[in-house]
Amino acid sequence: MAISGTRAEKLEALATELGDRVFVLPCDLRDRPAVAQLPEAAEKVLGQVDILVNNAGITHDNLFMRMKDEEWDDVINVNLTSVFVLTRGILRGMMRRRAGRIVNIASISGVLGNPGQANYAASKAGLVGMTKSLAREVASRGVTANCIAPGFISTPMTDALTPKQVEAIAAAIPTQTFGKPEDIAAAVVFFASDEAAYVTGETMHVNGGMVMV
Amino acid sequence: MSDISERVKKIVVEHLGVEADKVTENASFIDDLGADSLDTVELVMAFEEEFGCEIPDDAAETILTVGDAVKFLEKNTAA
Repeated sequence: MAISGTRAEKLEALATELGDRVFVLPCDLRDRPAVAQLPEAAEKVLGQVDILVNNAGITHDNLFMRMKDEEWDDVINVNLTSVFVLTRGILRGMMRRRAGRIVNIASISGVLGNPGQANYAASKAGLVGMTKSLAREVASRGVTANCIAPGFISTPMTDALTPKQVEAIAAAIPTQTFGKPEDIAAAVVFFASDEAAYVTGETMHVNGGMVMV
Repeated sequence: MSDISERVKKIVVEHLGVEADKVTENASFIDDLGADSLDTVELVMAFEEEFGCEIPDDAAETILTVGDAVKFLEKNTAA
């Protein structure tokens, strides 16, 4: 496995925790040339890439009327454009081998919209449409592409919420709780499995029943 | 018939699963050999691997027939 992110120390710590054969490939997804080189770097250390999980995402929330061009561009670049560039880079090998799994982490925000998140919601809804188009193109070659749309999951991203907000949100979730990162990981494992070969272009909602579509 | 031509035809036959006698110089991948657009991209990838060269996208777009591929590869590979 190869893991990538902006902070090398955090990646190294995770690699140690995960054990052998974990390669750390730090990359800032704002840096387009660096992103373009990442697939090749991953193939070099891994031999080949059978599964690509595009999980990185950022927020720069602001009301639509106040949102700056940079806030828009930054979020679209990291959350959507980097996924396009990474996937394009990895696709050739998957097509040749007639096998591959691409899993993109979208968001409930891209499905429902969310005040203050026009950029984030656009990037995540964009992922869903991009994934469906890709899925149609490559399905006949044994490559699947799917999305997961997490609801409210306890992560540093939701740590920014006040206790009062957390309470109000939890009240609107049928399970009454936030999800755990492991809940998302389980969905990734399914899409990445051989058993999910007949599932493509799908968006799996993992949100405690908050939205049922 | 050149060696390059033979190798190109072999790749086309294998990839598209067509009869070898249909793979003539003038045969169009899409119109005559039943390829779709994704097949043409994969054929270009297969040519690149077989001949160890790079076929840029703008050149790939001009490779529509078996003969086009042979001509391009004859010109651009140091065989």
